[in-house]
Amino acid sequence: MPRFVLRRAYFAVLTLLLVSVVVYGVFSILPFDPAALTCGQKCTPAIVEANRVKLGFDKPLWEQYWLFLSGIFLGRTYGAGSAEFTCPAPSFGYSFNENMCVSDMLKEALPITINLAIGAFIIWIIVGVGLGLLAANFRGRWPDTISTVFVLLGTSMPTFVTGLFFLIYVTIKWKIVPLSLSGYISLLDDPVKYFQYFILPWITLAILYAAFYTRFTRATVLETLGEDYIRTARAKGLSERVVLLKHTMRAVLAPITTSAGLDIAGLIGGAIITESIFNLPGLGRMTLQAVYEFDLSVVLATTILAATVVIMMNLIVDIAYGYLDPRVRMK
Amino acid sequence: MSTPLLSVRNLQKYFPTSRNVGFKKQKLQVKAVDGISFDLMKGETFGLVGESGCGKTTAGRTILKLIEPTAGEIIFEGQDITKLRPGLMTPLRSQMQIIFQDPFSALNPRQTVGKIISAPFEIQKVTPAGGVRNEVSALMERVGLNPEHYNRYPHEFSGGQRQRIGIARAIALKPKLIVADEPVSALDVSIQAQVINLIDDLQKADGISIVFIAHNLSVVQHISDRVAVMYLGKIMELAKTEDLFTAPHHPYTTALLSAVPQPDPRGERNRERIILKGDLPSPINPPAGCVFNTRCWKVQEVCRSKTPELLTVGKSQVACHFPE
Amino acid sequence: MKNLLEINDLKVTFPTNDGFVNAVDGVSLTVAPGETVAIVGESGSGKTVTSLSVIGLHNPKVTQISGSIMVKDKDESLDIVSAPLDKIRGYRGRVVSMIFQDPMSSLHPYYKIGSQLAEAYLVHHPGKKEAANKKAIEMLELVGISEPQMRAREYPHQFSGGMRQRVMIAMALMNDPALLIADEPTTALDVTVQAQILQLLKDLQKKSNMGILLITHDLGVVAQVADRVSVMYAGRMVEQGDVDDIFYSPHAPYTLGLLKSVPKMGAKNSERLKAIPGQPPSLINLPKACAFAPRCEYTSLAPAGSCESVRPDLIGVTESHKSRCHVPEEKRDKLFAAEIKGARA
Repeated sequence: MPRFVLRRAYFAVLTLLLVSVVVYGVFSILPFDPAALTCGQKCTPAIVEANRVKLGFDKPLWEQYWLFLSGIFLGRTYGAGSAEFTCPAPSFGYSFNENMCVSDMLKEALPITINLAIGAFIIWIIVGVGLGLLAANFRGRWPDTISTVFVLLGTSMPTFVTGLFFLIYVTIKWKIVPLSLSGYISLLDDPVKYFQYFILPWITLAILYAAFYTRFTRATVLETLGEDYIRTARAKGLSERVVLLKHTMRAVLAPITTSAGLDIAGLIGGAIITESIFNLPGLGRMTLQAVYEFDLSVVLATTILAATVVIMMNLIVDIAYGYLDPRVRMK
Repeated sequence: MSTPLLSVRNLQKYFPTSRNVGFKKQKLQVKAVDGISFDLMKGETFGLVGESGCGKTTAGRTILKLIEPTAGEIIFEGQDITKLRPGLMTPLRSQMQIIFQDPFSALNPRQTVGKIISAPFEIQKVTPAGGVRNEVSALMERVGLNPEHYNRYPHEFSGGQRQRIGIARAIALKPKLIVADEPVSALDVSIQAQVINLIDDLQKADGISIVFIAHNLSVVQHISDRVAVMYLGKIMELAKTEDLFTAPHHPYTTALLSAVPQPDPRGERNRERIILKGDLPSPINPPAGCVFNTRCWKVQEVCRSKTPELLTVGKSQVACHFPE
Repeated sequence: MKNLLEINDLKVTFPTNDGFVNAVDGVSLTVAPGETVAIVGESGSGKTVTSLSVIGLHNPKVTQISGSIMVKDKDESLDIVSAPLDKIRGYRGRVVSMIFQDPMSSLHPYYKIGSQLAEAYLVHHPGKKEAANKKAIEMLELVGISEPQMRAREYPHQFSGGMRQRVMIAMALMNDPALLIADEPTTALDVTVQAQILQLLKDLQKKSNMGILLITHDLGVVAQVADRVSVMYAGRMVEQGDVDDIFYSPHAPYTLGLLKSVPKMGAKNSERLKAIPGQPPSLINLPKACAFAPRCEYTSLAPAGSCESVRPDLIGVTESHKSRCHVPEEKRDKLFAAEIKGARA
């Protein structure tokens, strides 16, 4: 197993390098002068040139890339003399639009996105797998019908429709959940405000995924129930409950874990629409903003972060799969 | 003695496989067919029997070059086709056909029966006298299908009828060689007999040479002129059907014959059965020496070190250090 | 009740898109302790549906079932057809066990062999974990698996096909059932392994005196292990009797046809096989006639028109030997005996 992880880690690093080179390359061929974007309307040729030197845009491309790369591990110092400042490791560069080190921006945005993703994940797994199981168990009866309707609605309604509906009705018109004005508060500081802040974004995000997982779980459970080893379990005299919750679920667990891991990884890259509707300053919104403003450092940082999460999750899923499926483990 | 239609010499087919050992992939080989030789005469039925994993199916496909052989020679009508490029194989393909085991998956479900049976004419760009449609109808009649069912789809037929469709397709171009790979093992007993009779009749009428691959010894005995028994990629014993079934020389043949229950309760009650111990070893790592040594009850030291050659014993050819 | 199992006039139908399928149509049979009763038939004959209904494994939501299946447990007995599911579950794996055709897919791929075996014991002996594990090792040893301690900790995919069928047998015998149903137990196995498994079943039967209901299409296997045989065709039982009656003095044309169509080892191979012409009928809306009539070569010997319009009854040739045919018995007696002799010569 350790060797397997090592080998995968080695490929992960290679992949990340490739991702960063591609992002760097794409930005370098865009017809914009990155230095000119640093000062907006105040720009004079002198300031532009000064910023160019300060941020290292005067150096050849490969050197810029190298500075960026080494900055991740060693931190990076910009400018000289009195204007000198340092973004400590891990430095992902400096954003002129925000006048901050990118790593500091990430520190603010990341907890919001992670909380959003994990909360939504918990809801969609419970709802999706639960409803899928019910639908499979009562196939053709009313729980199955309800789940079918839910799947249809959930997969066909875009996130911005459900999100806006919640915002306008639940918060503004019906005032069920108060509008959260305080910004992000950690769960430990004030649980009530934390839930007020996140509950609607969670539900909005979870609906779509829960619908997918309901359909997926129902199909997988039904397929498994037709397996010979389920017949064997019944022939032993086990009750339907044990057959379903133990023998069937055990077999369904592996494929659900796989897709859940990858879905969560995708969300940590940023749930752009949900974050925008509910005005959550998470990674998704940050990236969107940076793309509008050609803020190379931020885009680079979030892209690499997203890629890292996806690759890590892939690795975790593979390891988990090895635990869940003995046939894979042995090889 | 006439020249054989097909000569197989030292045929080998190894499939590459691998196992992860740390950072390195260890390359391994599945020795599916490991040096078999035999001749197939014109109009002869040659049975290839053995248990699952013995390489009989791979052997059948390699002979037709549906799979490229690893080593050895395949000589068809005096021509060495072992290294023939696919393009040059095409004209020969009309002379050699295959019938598959599973009549359910071997036919394209989206094509009508007429289309399926006429495909060989299209591929080989041959127009039979009287037109394709008439020829296909005649073929359907010959294999016992109603020609009026020309436009039906495979799912509208039963297993036995589907196998007839497969046979009609195989004989469409009047081939000289047919490899029949377990053609009746997916069929019910009463249907099995119909299909076996059909193959028998067609062969007698057209003088086709057949390599008949099966695990069912009774069926093989019924249809074959000569039989080769395979085990782990090698031929253990090759003989005329009568000789092999009445006087087996190889311990594996003996055990195999003794394991098959016969529909004769009184005979079964008095029968001495040799029950082999254990399972088939892995073809990735076959036993050294004689491949059968791990399950053989006559095993001696030499069997574990020296591979026996296929030598003539009585009227048979046997690969055993201690033939009966 | 003397017998372990008494099936009486069992009928099983279920709906499909094309109409009702009469999968089993009036089957009766018994199994006594220590005897092996075989149900022989081709695919679609209803033999597997019959065997599944014995432990109530038919789908109760869609299946219509009538008749009775009495299963004996010590001093009481239970009618599986009418009993509530809870009660049936108490019998499954304890009084009646079942092994299936495909040992590759019949074991749960994600649980260790040992725990799958132990579970079979724990269902009927809740809480007795230690006893269950001990019994699991014992049973593995009994079915001829070496190093059972170690192998109990392995997963099914680490076993070969033959070994898996041994494991299935061990699992079926965890509670020392009185009756074992074996549904094509050796069909997926090679002949040399089949010989091992059949031998094992025989040995186990001798030790425990259990009854075996064997479902198979292989007449050779039947001849080797069965004491009594029921031949099924299109959901109906066409002949029933001792194994020698069935093989040496068949009285149903279908049985005769089946015996004649199998190639025999040792016989001269130049002769044509005597195939049964035609196809088995569809089980949907079967006519009230002899189901075998369209394929039968003896209909001319029966009273005119009877084969095509009336369903023959299962009538006794002797007390233990019954067959279903309109052809008068005295005509069949000599004719069929001669035919079977000819086929054997």
